[in-house]
Amino acid sequence: MTTVPTVREVPIRAEIGIVQVRQAVREVAVSVGFSLVDQTKLVTAASELARNTLKHGGGGVAEIELEQRVGSTALRLRFHDKGPGIGDVELALRDGYSSAGGLGLGLSGARRLADEFDLETARGEGTTVTVTFVAAGPAAR
Amino acid sequence: MTLTAQPVREELAEFLRARWQDIVRAWSAAAVFGHADPADTEDECAELLTGVAQAIREGAEGDPADEGFSAARSVFGPLVAGVAAGQGGRPDVAALKAPLLRLWSEHDKPADMAADGAVALSTVVDTLRLLLLEMELESSAETIRSQREQLTELSTPVIKLWDGVLAIPLIGTLDSMRSQAATENLLEQIVAQQARVAILDITGVPAVDTMVAQHLLKTAMAARLMGAECIISGIRPQIAQTMVQLGIDLGELATRASLADALGYALHETGMAVVADQHR
Ligand SMILES: Nc1ncnc2c1ncn2[C@@H]1O[C@H](COP(=O)(O)OP(=O)(O)OP(=O)(O)O)[C@@H](O)[C@H]1O
Ligand SMILES: [Mg+2]
Repeated sequence: MTTVPTVREVPIRAEIGIVQVRQAVREVAVSVGFSLVDQTKLVTAASELARNTLKHGGGGVAEIELEQRVGSTALRLRFHDKGPGIGDVELALRDGYSSAGGLGLGLSGARRLADEFDLETARGEGTTVTVTFVAAGPAAR
Repeated sequence: MTLTAQPVREELAEFLRARWQDIVRAWSAAAVFGHADPADTEDECAELLTGVAQAIREGAEGDPADEGFSAARSVFGPLVAGVAAGQGGRPDVAALKAPLLRLWSEHDKPADMAADGAVALSTVVDTLRLLLLEMELESSAETIRSQREQLTELSTPVIKLWDGVLAIPLIGTLDSMRSQAATENLLEQIVAQQARVAILDITGVPAVDTMVAQHLLKTAMAARLMGAECIISGIRPQIAQTMVQLGIDLGELATRASLADALGYALHETGMAVVADQHR
């Protein structure tokens, strides 16, 4: 049913890493044939989660995966860090909550932008956020 | 800074004079500067040697600031610039030392001068290396500084559209440094030009995430404190849609689809009206 995902890894150690994640995501999204609106959503969600990885998680890595599904292609972004983790997930996902003077919309907004959202975290062990976007139709080569 | 005794310096001067051609040839063969044309290389080696001879004559072989090394400066200058521009390899000045010392060892001289002379010749090549390194550091610092300035300036031109109406077209990825510069620049101009309306045009911004949004909101708030109202223009449809889903609320900030719409609104706000000329 599914084929092996293509993986690209982008390290996020400084602000430049966020830019590189955005560029890589846009490239892959264009190659898969996502619409302009979907590209913008993908890039924006990637930007949010990459910045969280850097700002709150102390840096980490972004993985980009492509998964062929029946009649569609899924683009999955996984952001992984070994930072402090999120103590109260419900609070972190609340619109407007920020522990760092931000708007507090990055995490919750990325969840709204994505078709699928997954958050794994443990205090002191880090955080992994996964968002999946589904494009209609098979991947254009 | 005299490192070498007078008689040794005289002997060195004599050596350089006597073996001039040999040194130039040996240096050219060392292919330090990687020129395509061997004649250019010989010219440069000769120029370098003239300066070296002067520095040694003055006992200044260890002083890169000495007049004798100004010849080296003019030889190195284009090379350093070339390397900075990505053309040509880095000159390997250290390669000048071995042939120079070999020729010196072959030179007929009082035995007690051999060591001191070799030290002086070795020092002069080390000083050339130091000079090159200094020049390279200056050049890269200069490059970085000017690029940074260009970038900061490029990204934040504040344009006067009308009396009291300013526009700042924001372009590309707004990292913290550039957005900071943009804000400062805009606020300064608001004061300098007593602006009433400032238009932040984001047509050239590929994505508006929470950081960019927060930057826009903060800039608008600061502008308001300086007595100017901010308008955001150039929000493209896909960005508008994404912003809504992200949950960004620009609050009371006025927004217009295009810069032209924003200008119309700004003129209205400043009490101006654009009317068709009925006499034409
Ligand atoms: N990778 C992470 N590691 C640890 N804490 C995190 C991580 N990601 C998010 N958080 C926590 O969740 C909170 C909410 O995140 P969210 O992205 O919504 O807001 P923010 O980053 O503070 O501000 P912004 O609206 O600018 O993104 C953060 O303030 C932070 O406390
Ligand atoms: Mg965030």
